[in-house]
Amino acid sequence: MIRLEQLTKVFQTDHGSVTAVDHVSLEVPEGDICVLLGPSGCGKTTTMKMVNRLIAPTSGKIYINDKDTDEYDPVELRRNIGYAIQQIGLFPNMTVEENITIVPDLLGWDKKRCRERARELLNMVAMEPDQFLRRYPSELSGGQQQRIGVVRALAADAPVMLMDEPFGAIDPINREVIQDEFLRMQEQLRKTIMFVSHDIDEAVKMGNGIAIFRGGSLEQYAAPDELLAYPVNDFIADFVGGDRTLKRLRLAHIEDAMSIETRTVGLDDSLDKARDLLESTGVEAVVVLDGQRHPRGYVDRRVAIQGEGTAGENLLPLAFTVKRRDDLRTAVSQMFAHDTRWVAVLDDHGRYAGFVTQASITELLGTGSRRPATA
Amino acid sequence: MAAASGTLRRSGPTHRGLRNLGLVAIFAFGAWVQATGLIHAMLSQWDDILYLGKQHLELVGISWILAVAVGIPLGVLLTRRSVRRNSETILQVVNTGQTIPTLAVLALSMSVLGIGFWPSIFGLWIYSLLPIVRNTYQGILAVPGHLQEAAVGMGMTPPQILWRVELPNALFVIFAGMRTALAINVGTAPLAFLIGGGGLGELIFTGIALDQQTMMLAGAIPVALLAVILDFMIGLVQFWLVPKGVNPLRGSR
Repeated sequence: MIRLEQLTKVFQTDHGSVTAVDHVSLEVPEGDICVLLGPSGCGKTTTMKMVNRLIAPTSGKIYINDKDTDEYDPVELRRNIGYAIQQIGLFPNMTVEENITIVPDLLGWDKKRCRERARELLNMVAMEPDQFLRRYPSELSGGQQQRIGVVRALAADAPVMLMDEPFGAIDPINREVIQDEFLRMQEQLRKTIMFVSHDIDEAVKMGNGIAIFRGGSLEQYAAPDELLAYPVNDFIADFVGGDRTLKRLRLAHIEDAMSIETRTVGLDDSLDKARDLLESTGVEAVVVLDGQRHPRGYVDRRVAIQGEGTAGENLLPLAFTVKRRDDLRTAVSQMFAHDTRWVAVLDDHGRYAGFVTQASITELLGTGSRRPATA
Repeated sequence: MAAASGTLRRSGPTHRGLRNLGLVAIFAFGAWVQATGLIHAMLSQWDDILYLGKQHLELVGISWILAVAVGIPLGVLLTRRSVRRNSETILQVVNTGQTIPTLAVLALSMSVLGIGFWPSIFGLWIYSLLPIVRNTYQGILAVPGHLQEAAVGMGMTPPQILWRVELPNALFVIFAGMRTALAINVGTAPLAFLIGGGGLGELIFTGIALDQQTMMLAGAIPVALLAVILDFMIGLVQFWLVPKGVNPLRGSR
């Protein structure tokens, strides 16, 4: 847990004093990623750098796991906080292994333990240790360097991490990949992370909470969905963008908007059964399942009324399906692409789970409700 | 290795032709030199060459090692935060020192310290100092700021940052300064004879004064050889000592 209390930084410059950070208080719960977001010069980086004393606060307190950081020696404090920076900052004179084990080495781990840790971390980011441990940073691609930069910050297994635009130095495609990879790692590691970004999309994707700064003060600190649904002022609304409702689609999973529909028909059921179902429920189509509950197609009103025989003989093909753990954006995008108002949802085993309609999505966005991000 | 020998084999005939031609040329040159009696004359001074060569090597070696021993710490000192604002001024002063002609430095050294070996060492030392100080200073300043930030942020102490980050990353540039200093030093050392420091300059200057070409060459050729050999040796050290990741000579992979 990281807690800032009335944190303030005033820089003395030739043109008088400048307040870079103005009485900021916020708390990052254990295991959460808090994204500090804002335009450049808003104080987000200064705030982060005060946590590991790269910048000394003018006033205010910083607590890590309820312990006042003033009580630590800055060097000792920094060794116990993972740190990743935008320029990656791998040391070109050291091998990948030496780079990764800098902090463990500073903490006095023995050689063997350091090496094992380096191997473990490389495996974590799917880089073959035997191939990469002896390489120098100049022999790595940009994406590989970025990964090493991140695992280096994880090396000593510090519970708290500071990340200053850690995926900033990389092309958008690789950035997505590394972000996903990092989120997957974070699910296991549950570090408490303060993460600086200027990219709202990255913030929405990575953060459990987003703190938006302007001119040194904290404007709003909220969960991504709340921030997008209820920006507290025009600045925030403007900053998160006019498409903020669309951004929320990415935060919600399909299952959030899904209706669980148990009323389906089998391949051998008659069309009469399908027609009765359609009339009693008022839905526009009914999904046809085989014996393993895999959807084989659907039957709509027209077919049910005009056709003859079993549902299996009158199947209309499903143009596409989605998975319940996908984000809602996928469903909406597919629905627009295929010009449909509903889509069948599958579970992890490819069995039918329910369906999503445009109306259910609109309703979900309207309520702004969402499961907590930490769930 | 396989590729290299393959190239050799492919270009075999021309390569061998050139080499044979070179050997013939060297042989012809040797024969001509022998015919002029130069080699014989030089060999007659072999004892002098050995004695003075050793002295010359001492002049160069001692003054250069002292310059390295003082220059690198001085360069490092100039990059420290507390001194940095005055660094350029200090370097400008030292720079001005470098513009004083070599001979004048030796003359000044003599007028203060007298004649002999140590005043010569002092003059050569002063002269070798600047390239080392300047390159150390520039090399460390050229280490990117984000490496410093990463190092501090991960909890390195200032001495750890110096030894593990700044010096290794600046080492190639520092070595370049040491090489320049050595080249200057070897070239200047013959002048030490003029203030009684001995060395191969004795043969050169005496040869000139007596209009004895062989004697002059007996000094000049070893000086030239010494310069080439020493530069080659420091090149080797540079190649192996500078970490692979920051050594342009070894490239990546």
